[in-house]
Amino acid sequence: MKVFAVPNIATPGRPAVFNPEICNGCNTCVDHCPSDVFIPNPVEGRCPIILHPDECWYCGTCVNDCPCPGAVQFNWPLQQRGYWKRRETGRIFQA
Amino acid sequence: MTTFQEFIGNEGHVPAWPYAIRYDQEQEIETDVLIIGGGIAGCWAAISAARKGAKVALVEKSATVRSGAGGPGCDHWCDTAANPLSKVDPDEWARELTKSFGGYGCGIGREIQCRENYHTLLELEKMGGKIRDDEDRFKGVEGRDDKTKFLISPRMNPFHDTNVVIRVWGTTFKPALKKECGRLGVKIYDRIMATGLLTEKGVQGGRVIGATGLNCRTGEFMVFKSKATILCSSSGGSIWLMNTELAGYNTMSPRAVSGDGIAMAWRAGAEFTLMERSGIMGITPGFKHRWYTGAGDASFENVPLVDGNGKELPIVTEPGWGKKDVDRMGFGWSAIREDVMRGKYALPFYGDFPSMPAIERKVTWNMLLEEECTGKIIVDTYTEAGFDPSKDQLQNYALIEGSSLPQWREANGGGLVVDWDLRTSLEGLYAAGTQLFSPGDHSFAAATGRYAGRKAAVFTRTANQPTASKEQISMEKERIYAPIKRSNGIDWKELHAGIARVMQYFCSEYKTESLFKMGLDSLHEIEEKWAPTLFASDPHKLMRSLEDLSMLTHAQIIIHASRARRASSKFLGFNRIDYPQLDPPEWHKFITVKQENGEIKTGERILDYCGNLKENYEAHNRDYIEEHD
Repeated sequence: MKVFAVPNIATPGRPAVFNPEICNGCNTCVDHCPSDVFIPNPVEGRCPIILHPDECWYCGTCVNDCPCPGAVQFNWPLQQRGYWKRRETGRIFQA
Repeated sequence: MTTFQEFIGNEGHVPAWPYAIRYDQEQEIETDVLIIGGGIAGCWAAISAARKGAKVALVEKSATVRSGAGGPGCDHWCDTAANPLSKVDPDEWARELTKSFGGYGCGIGREIQCRENYHTLLELEKMGGKIRDDEDRFKGVEGRDDKTKFLISPRMNPFHDTNVVIRVWGTTFKPALKKECGRLGVKIYDRIMATGLLTEKGVQGGRVIGATGLNCRTGEFMVFKSKATILCSSSGGSIWLMNTELAGYNTMSPRAVSGDGIAMAWRAGAEFTLMERSGIMGITPGFKHRWYTGAGDASFENVPLVDGNGKELPIVTEPGWGKKDVDRMGFGWSAIREDVMRGKYALPFYGDFPSMPAIERKVTWNMLLEEECTGKIIVDTYTEAGFDPSKDQLQNYALIEGSSLPQWREANGGGLVVDWDLRTSLEGLYAAGTQLFSPGDHSFAAATGRYAGRKAAVFTRTANQPTASKEQISMEKERIYAPIKRSNGIDWKELHAGIARVMQYFCSEYKTESLFKMGLDSLHEIEEKWAPTLFASDPHKLMRSLEDLSMLTHAQIIIHASRARRASSKFLGFNRIDYPQLDPPEWHKFITVKQENGEIKTGERILDYCGNLKENYEAHNRDYIEEHD
């Protein structure tokens, strides 16, 4: 296994997760993201690269404006995943 | 592959910068009206100026299609006093709004908002923005008018019986505005950061004749020459915020909000007011949930709150509409806290969606929350995870998340002094939205943007196109490219945190002359010693670095303005140790600050410097009134 020397990962580091089976690399998310979190993949047609995850505003534009449903999913940081309670059973869930 | 680390793992190298680097290139654009900032106010200013026949260029640091605090969405069109269902008079409502919060309101902006934001909303509908329940999806919901199909919101308590707030589908707005800009021939320059204003002969205080800019992807230098310029950017979003990484997931302002407009107008010599006003960050210090992730906000409106055992709390998020005996203004949180400590209520609290009438639940969950700002992705996330509002109670984070520290503050409502044309103290420079000393409100931004656009367009009909100062352009170029000429020193994140630390120490909860002096000295030290070592390795980081420099200037303005107000004020979130008396009558006035020949000049204006709102509005807008009545 090749190990590279890279700095620590920015936290939170993965605000969105692409599905390479569905994403056609159209880069709408790259164009619409208010913070310029993504850059286009050097290989045309492939998923964008998340370059500035630490600048994400979590506005959801990348997912909401994506023309290929399912190509990109939002990924909330663990500490921001909210809770709810089913009223009848009292069971607690987390998003 | 999605992340940077995965790319390296797969390819064995870091990705090359994906855009052509053009640090050595320059583009010059000549236009009648230049708009700086393509958020809500900026788009409306562009559309309005273009409709008046002006050639318009719009410069946006981000992407116009979704940029600005209201870019992703908006669920309320506030203070629509002129809508046909309104029970208030627009002029009276504007007066009320201006007088609230101690009279420190922007009367001119409020009058424009109340007189024109309904027209603005109807125009938005024609562009494709959704403002009515045409499909009868929410028939039967309280506040729905079956004739107009408007959904009137109960916001603005205790004045809820006014019908001035309309629920809207704001996720549709920004794409519609951008499309209209395109249709009208507005030239949009996305990913361009405006860096400085150009003034006639390069003189501070002179007529504003354009701006310089930086392409945040390629690094290309831009020169915009204009007859009129409208500043539609915003106040600084993170002046007291040290953490640059954790803030994104809860702040109500996008990253692009960094006070660039404030800084460039300051350098040009424009006059500001209320820059000393700040408030504790209720939701934005970087460790809290966004307000709509668990009731406790107006977007939830009628969602009842219950405690951990299902006991109803004597509080509603937006009191009113059938709810009586509630703390209408204070929301009763201090009493509830005491009851929690006594064991009467159990934590955590929940938004009890299942107890709501089905139609109210539906409009709250499927419209208000989806449409408000960045709420859609939150609603979708919960839904995909299995949350069912008919069965589930959404956790509320009141008390368990704690309160923000008083040192975590935000600049709150300070901005440019304007006249009845929304012209600043500088000829050729207009302002709209939160660039004024104003509320951060969607319909305020829209209506004032639309107003400034038409006034600036009229000015350009007789204004000449002056020649820009080559020296001023060359000095600005040198300033903005300095960080790319260094490969080490201080990076933008460290500088940002350093400035925020100074503000936390010397201009936050404890304000006094000696602390202000230390604050100014510390900021001066940063300016002289650290800012000259700022380095950036690509155009994006250069943009962030320049934002820090805007923040540094903004911080200095705040301290200068704070020194000038030698009294405390509850309305301005402003408490001085050396002048503890709250709101003494002699300090019931606007304090103004500006630069003149590089020197700080402070001044004052009486609170109602705008004069009689109705009379002045009508005197300045005869054509508009004739056209619309």
